[in-house]
Amino acid sequence: MTIDPITLSVIGAGLQQVCDEMDLTFSRAAFSPVIAEANDRSDGIYSAEDGALIAQGAGGLPVFVGTMQFSTRTLIERIASGETAAPKPDDIYIVNDPYLGGTHLMDVRFAKPVYRNGDIFCWLSNTGHWPDIGGSVPGGFSASATAVEQEGLRLPPVKLFKRGEMDREIYAIICSNIRVAEQRIGDVQAQASALRVGEERLGQLLDRYGDDTVRAAIAELRTRAAQQMRARITDIPDGTYRSQAIVDSDGVVNEPLEINLAVTKAHGELTFDFAGSSPPCAGPMNSVLATTLSSVYLAMRHIFPDVPMSAGAFEPLTVITPTGTFLDAHYPRPVSGCAAEVSQRIAEAVFAALVQPLPDRVTAAPAGTSGNFGLGGYDPERGRSYVMYQLSGGGYGGNADHDGLSNGCSTIGISKAPPVEIMEQQFPVLYRRYALREGSGGQGAHRGGFGLHYELELRRGEARASFVMDHGRVGPQGALGGADGAPNEVTVWRDGAAYTPEHLSKEQDIPLKAGDRVEVKTPGGGGYGDPANRDPAAIERDERLGYYTNRP
Amino acid sequence: MGEGKQGGFVAGIDVGGTFTDLVLVEPRTRSVRLAKVPTTVENQSFGVIGALAAAEADLAALDLIVHGTTTTTNAVLERKLARTGLITTNGFRDVLELGRRTRPAPYGMTGVFCPIIPRDLRLEVPERMDASGAVLTPLDEGALREALAALIAADCESLVIHFLHSYANPAHELRAAEIAREVWPNANVTAGHELLAESREFERGVTAAVNASVQPLLTRYIDRLRGELERGGYANDLLIVNGNGGMVSSRFVGREAAKTVMSGPASGVMAAAYTGRRAGEPNLITYDMGGTSTDVSLIRDATPAVSSEIEVEYAMPIHLPMVDVRTVGAGGGSIARVTDAGLLEVGPESAGAMPGPICYGRGGQEPTISDANLLLGRLNPDTLFSVDNPVSMEDVAAIFERRIGGPLGLDAYEAAAAVIRIANARMAGATRMVSVSLGIDPRDFALFAFGGAGPLHAVAIARELGIPRVLIPGRPGITNALGCVVADLRYDFVRTLNQPVASVDMGAVHAILAEQQREGRALIDKESVETARIDTIRSADMQFVGQTHLLRVPLPDGAFDRETLQAAFERVYFDRFRVRLPEIRASLVNLNTSVIGVRSEIDLSVLIDADARAATLAEAQTGTRRAWYDTGWHDTPIYRRERLPADASFTGPAIIEQMDTTIVIDPGDRVSQDRDGNLIVEVSP
Repeated sequence: MTIDPITLSVIGAGLQQVCDEMDLTFSRAAFSPVIAEANDRSDGIYSAEDGALIAQGAGGLPVFVGTMQFSTRTLIERIASGETAAPKPDDIYIVNDPYLGGTHLMDVRFAKPVYRNGDIFCWLSNTGHWPDIGGSVPGGFSASATAVEQEGLRLPPVKLFKRGEMDREIYAIICSNIRVAEQRIGDVQAQASALRVGEERLGQLLDRYGDDTVRAAIAELRTRAAQQMRARITDIPDGTYRSQAIVDSDGVVNEPLEINLAVTKAHGELTFDFAGSSPPCAGPMNSVLATTLSSVYLAMRHIFPDVPMSAGAFEPLTVITPTGTFLDAHYPRPVSGCAAEVSQRIAEAVFAALVQPLPDRVTAAPAGTSGNFGLGGYDPERGRSYVMYQLSGGGYGGNADHDGLSNGCSTIGISKAPPVEIMEQQFPVLYRRYALREGSGGQGAHRGGFGLHYELELRRGEARASFVMDHGRVGPQGALGGADGAPNEVTVWRDGAAYTPEHLSKEQDIPLKAGDRVEVKTPGGGGYGDPANRDPAAIERDERLGYYTNRP
Repeated sequence: MGEGKQGGFVAGIDVGGTFTDLVLVEPRTRSVRLAKVPTTVENQSFGVIGALAAAEADLAALDLIVHGTTTTTNAVLERKLARTGLITTNGFRDVLELGRRTRPAPYGMTGVFCPIIPRDLRLEVPERMDASGAVLTPLDEGALREALAALIAADCESLVIHFLHSYANPAHELRAAEIAREVWPNANVTAGHELLAESREFERGVTAAVNASVQPLLTRYIDRLRGELERGGYANDLLIVNGNGGMVSSRFVGREAAKTVMSGPASGVMAAAYTGRRAGEPNLITYDMGGTSTDVSLIRDATPAVSSEIEVEYAMPIHLPMVDVRTVGAGGGSIARVTDAGLLEVGPESAGAMPGPICYGRGGQEPTISDANLLLGRLNPDTLFSVDNPVSMEDVAAIFERRIGGPLGLDAYEAAAAVIRIANARMAGATRMVSVSLGIDPRDFALFAFGGAGPLHAVAIARELGIPRVLIPGRPGITNALGCVVADLRYDFVRTLNQPVASVDMGAVHAILAEQQREGRALIDKESVETARIDTIRSADMQFVGQTHLLRVPLPDGAFDRETLQAAFERVYFDRFRVRLPEIRASLVNLNTSVIGVRSEIDLSVLIDADARAATLAEAQTGTRRAWYDTGWHDTPIYRRERLPADASFTGPAIIEQMDTTIVIDPGDRVSQDRDGNLIVEVSP
């Protein structure tokens, strides 16, 4: 069946719209701020045959580019083999197993088959980051876990909704294993509601254009997306481009983890080879294969944001399974750091390799850490315990056109940081400073953006501080002669004495008492091009605005 | 009619990007005069005076001039701002530059951000409140005076004082403003909490900074305009349309200058609400398509949706109640292109006003939506020859064939049809996203089409969305100016409670609502404009405990109890999400009251001169031409809008032309007119 290019465009936009409406419904109905405010969720449409990505919401969290196609494929395979019960209309599966095409345990996926005339036409799936999934640490980001069991409850694909009704028994098991369970019902209903809205909207699209036409359009769109990605990468001269990115440590053993990447362009395709990267690690900085692949895809999408997200766009990109490295971890390796930190180092390696042949497209390295600082304690004035998270941004890399942005969101995120005033309302802390980190942007013809410099004081009671950050050993790398951005720095001031975590950017449960302070300086972006070529007017402006008054 | 208050003879003047439009209404004689003159960009008052002259308005006889202005909008978007200094809490001068750790788009690690006040003009002083409003560090007045001196020495014209937690305790901001006003060389001093007493230091700070940096520009402009009007003999108050759709005296507008940033779009939406109410269509989606973009908004019960979280552009939030107008992309000048995947895309790039579409004859070489409408006979080909350097239809066709037809295997006309289909599908999708995000099903609404290009596409878009009716007002191209004429006086109040419904003090709830209403009435009484009646709209912002998003719940008139409140919220929540959550408690976050001084009714039928109407439909027809629709080419009768008999009704295909727009009616759709002369199009499914 051939399909005219206009109908093709219209159906393509219609499929995108279905996903965008799922994203919107999920965020608006969700309870957890992680989903409702930080948009740490994603919705998409997946092939009935192999789970291949058909379309994905434009507002989904970038790290989920492509991940759900792996979990959907695994689900389809398990149904075929009988390991997982076969679906019926209005069933919704729940799964969070990292090793079955996932990320970390907190990312909980729902999947719903869409039936047409008795057969599965496609799958709808979404991922939401639950604020807790059990395990040794509230929120799940244990910096020192050595096995996945310490990280929380692991769910194989099971039907949480059967014929539209929630299975209260499965739900009770989940609730008995996670913290603040009483509010999860709202998020569960929101996540399911988004899939139902998607099914209804997709049904309207299918009714209007006909199942066969839409099926043909999906196939054609996939082919076109592949063509488009091929057209973009033709600019890259044949050859191999190498790069390296360093994860500070795994949080348990204080040794750097190396990501060694060789990107080869040949026959119009790119091959990503991570051979020679560090072996699986003891701590939670392992990545599962789905997340490793997704990190490569999200980096490519940052480079070519106009190529539509579909399995076709990934066709010209081959990632050789990095067997035997920490980028292909298997049970029971701990993985809580894979989505937030390792993914960003993988993206940095891709940027650093491809900025060589694509200097007009790719930036120097961005800060590339989620900057997760957690504070858990007891507030004697309010008589209650609390867990607070401060996620922070950093400088972006300079690029061919501009200096890097300051205090940008992590490479894999799109969420806003909470206002200082809200943090001080909710938690017994006082920020002494929330400032641009002077001097942190790597020098270059276009310099890196600046990181954040904040300092807060515990006002009452006792608390424990935990850090899951990165880029403490080396700053984000400069490109084409630009200097590196300043590395991440964490200082804990206890009784006026400075303490630096042994692993620089990662440590768990540092005890604090009232009056103690935490000071964090987040990375600046890498510089782009030789600093000697910087426009003198830009240098003068940087001096006038005091950007380099205090060099690191 | 109120003692000594003005009504009667009213001029509404809207300054847009290209044209300054005027509507002059004299209800007693049922006379209306219109004028359209080029906007004078450097000093908009010349265009305003020019429009009044073009309409031969007797300034001495005018009771009221109401003005919608883009002075502040343009200043913000072009960053042509007054030199402004900021004094803030020690440790926090970079809040305006750091933002909320974002980037302009989810994908692409690039972009630029220019803070509204440069870093060297942002100074810190020792002072600190905590979140409860307790003083931790007293205000260092010596340091404050030094900072003020430094900013004055740096030639700052305007000043912002922005301290952490000033919404909880404004004492330091008040004292600092008091000292500043002693030494500052002019009245341009903005304290953050005065404009917005809500937490979130970035949003409150940007709102205050926008206010301060447009304040001198707006004040200067208004003073100059008022002077010009007075010299012309005008003796009454000049009113300015605010972004909330209400008017405010030009004597007070400078204080809260940031509220005028959405003045133009707001007045258009107000006109739509007014027109719709009179037409018996109180529920509307407005569709305002211009040259570069399309604005969409929602009107429920003749009341425009208002938001306090408008983001004017990337990382530029203005958190003041303003009519919620969303820009959804394509306009007449949007460029069509074929991607390297062989797919046709329309926009977001636009040919703008220079060079503009090919058919403008200003050297444009990129195919646009306007050019496609022209090739397809939907726009009158004579417009080609009304420009200085006309291009031929063949020139336009050749470009379509080369740029779009070739790669897709289509001829020029098929290519143009494809551009229209894609553009309509995209605009319909974007319009749907706006309605869904505001919690409504577009099929329950009518589409109100205005702007120069809105009526060209509205019928097709309504069909795409399942919207049953399209309403096209008498003068679609001057809707914003009409909005100035019909705008009401309006004051909005918000009070934050943030308490569970189960335990909230209902006595306090009613006391707050009553106090908000009293305050609004008092302010309206102070204005010098006649009102026919005063309306009060009350609502609550609610959520389930633990949620962050709010839902706005309309409140009934008079007293209501806890159960009514809970039930109203649950109903709104179910309508929106199809979910009931009996396990979770509801929370009452904000109480809102809008007090609206409604002006006396204007008969909109005066917008079309009754004497010019023809006796029969045949006499209103100027010719026939072939035009393209989704269903193919049809010979189409062309009508002059102002000649249509008042009782004419007919079935498409039809094209209706008028000075300010062209209306396309698809085959099979039924057109009729109401008593105000609005066209009502019944869209067949």
